[in-house]
Amino acid sequence: MLRIRPFLRPMILLAPLLMFLGLAYVLPFAGVVGWSVTLPEPGVQNYSAALSDPLILSVFWRTLRICAIVTVISVTMGYMLALLWVRGSPLVRTLTELCILIPFWISVLTRAFGWLALLSSRGLLNSWLEGLGIIDDPLRLVRNEFGVIVGMAHFMIPFAVFPIASAMRSVDERVLMAARGMGASRTRIFTRVFVPMTATGIMGAALLVFVFAIGFFITPAILGGGRSVMVAELIYLRIFQSPDWGLAAAVSVILMVAISALLALLLKQLSPKDAK
Amino acid sequence: MTTNTRAAEIGVSSIGKDFGSFTALDSISLTIGRGEFLTLLGPSGSGKTTFLMLLAGFEIPTRGTMTLDGAPMTDVPAEKRGFGMVFQGYALFPHMTVSQNIAFPLQLQKRSASQIRARVAEIIEMVGLGGHAHKRPNALSGGQQQRVALARALACEPPVMLLDEPFSALDKNLRGQMQDEVRRLHRETGTTFVFVTHDQSEALALSSRVAIFEAGKLQQLAPPREVYERPENRFVAEFLGDINLLPLSNPTRDGEMLTGQFGGRTLRAPGHEDGHTLAIRPEYMRLGHSAPDSGNAIPATVIDLTYLGADTRIDLTGPDGTAITLTHPTDDLPPGIAPGSDIWASWPEQKGFLL
Ligand SMILES: Nc1ncnc2c1ncn2[C@@H]1O[C@H](COP(=O)(O)OP(=O)(O)OP(=O)(O)O)[C@@H](O)[C@H]1O
Ligand SMILES: [Mg+2]
Repeated sequence: MLRIRPFLRPMILLAPLLMFLGLAYVLPFAGVVGWSVTLPEPGVQNYSAALSDPLILSVFWRTLRICAIVTVISVTMGYMLALLWVRGSPLVRTLTELCILIPFWISVLTRAFGWLALLSSRGLLNSWLEGLGIIDDPLRLVRNEFGVIVGMAHFMIPFAVFPIASAMRSVDERVLMAARGMGASRTRIFTRVFVPMTATGIMGAALLVFVFAIGFFITPAILGGGRSVMVAELIYLRIFQSPDWGLAAAVSVILMVAISALLALLLKQLSPKDAK
Repeated sequence: MTTNTRAAEIGVSSIGKDFGSFTALDSISLTIGRGEFLTLLGPSGSGKTTFLMLLAGFEIPTRGTMTLDGAPMTDVPAEKRGFGMVFQGYALFPHMTVSQNIAFPLQLQKRSASQIRARVAEIIEMVGLGGHAHKRPNALSGGQQQRVALARALACEPPVMLLDEPFSALDKNLRGQMQDEVRRLHRETGTTFVFVTHDQSEALALSSRVAIFEAGKLQQLAPPREVYERPENRFVAEFLGDINLLPLSNPTRDGEMLTGQFGGRTLRAPGHEDGHTLAIRPEYMRLGHSAPDSGNAIPATVIDLTYLGADTRIDLTGPDGTAITLTHPTDDLPPGIAPGSDIWASWPEQKGFLL
């Protein structure tokens, strides 16, 4: 019989996953880092180029701006949905649960095309509005930041719901009762007690959505129509169209570092706090 | 005792509460006097919390009416009653400091910032939380959190304080300390207190009257001494500590006393209407090597002695194999008793009662 030290035993169970992660993520990423400092010649010129090229910087800024707006929208709407899901009547709860879960069955691509069909200049919404005589010329709802934000927020809202709902479930009903017994109005209980007590859920949801949104590719590519390029699409363009692999690799590494930093923050935020 | 002008009187008349087809409370009527300390005592699931929730206004009664100082209260919502409430598990605001917790109800009353500061400081001093004002609840011990809950409930000088098993999570020493504290707060504020517990000794120690609940029914409402020494029924007698029950045969009424036979002995106890079981608390019984000249006495055999410090508990078998327990001052034990000894257990006639 093969003798294995006890502390190594969990490794047997973890090994397939570690090997997969190594082959699928760590190795390729090491390769990307390699490219970023060797292509077309050794040095850090790709990083200085990435951080000084006004075009690339503008893409970074747009990415940050879109992600921030998407985060605010998703967390706000996610909060409202979580409220219905956790505190609604049984019927409302079931319906909300369906609304939260159904989007998970539909692929990103399908959803992006769905929005395109709905929002494009000859899409459903514009046709209706024109048919009703409310507008004369079609509204520009896609192929711009607006379209990207709508599509991304739609995708992210269900993800925002889960951490918020879990924070809401852990709120002790008696604390709310206590506030009511002191004469606090419903609004007051909500703003002064309920929202602060679910703040960790809000923070968690915000970081989750933001980190997720930074790497979005399909939704901005389709709904932005090349006019509202985000970082992931920029990398794609630099690899398959320019081609400028060294620069694309440097931008990837910068993106990766930013996301890792945010994830570290997220984990720190979500880990149980010690008593101060 | 200080008389508090804000202390209120509550009238409860034929209150009932159903949850679906289950009757949690059945036709409760009582009056809670101004400045009284009323304890609701009963086993788990007897409806104590439900009754407190009805008083607080968090639950609406299915039947019956309530009054506050004579005015109808049944339909007044919790937020309009202005009662102070201490919940089981404290229910403090976890995101606020101690002083913010206490200030919260005061802010709702639109008092000025300086008034609030003064009142918070005063009440923090009163419950002995000086030096902890800027801590969050999760940085406090159980007893300290309990004090914050008391302080927060008392901050607005409520006409009625409602407390639901406030000390159930505390260890025995701390419990005693907090009981003294609550008694002192009751004395100092003069407010009407309604206190839920399932701990008999806590109920007897704290209250001016005890209301004993069982299965949604009010079994007895009387001062501690009366519920302990003159329980109205067997449930109350057995719930409030150990008791010996001796069934009497051939009961005959003899003025204020009832006389009957038990194990060949004639026993007497102050008469009740139709109870034929003589009940006697273990601490009123004494042991001796012969039957005393007066009072009740029965022969018994010692089964076991348990040393408890000042007292010793003795388990006996009496006539007909009846199990009898008594607690005897250790100092006064007759010499030479051991398991197997034959002995007499006696008690004054006035200390027994009939159920
Ligand atoms: N919201 C509710 N829905 C259904 N049944 C309930 C509800 N609240 C209480 N009950 C039932 O009413 C009965 C009385 O409950 P209550 O909480 O008043 O008991 P209690 O005397 O406070 O017990 P404990 O000492 O365990 O706190 C219980 O049988 C309980 O299951
Ligand atoms: Mg209870």
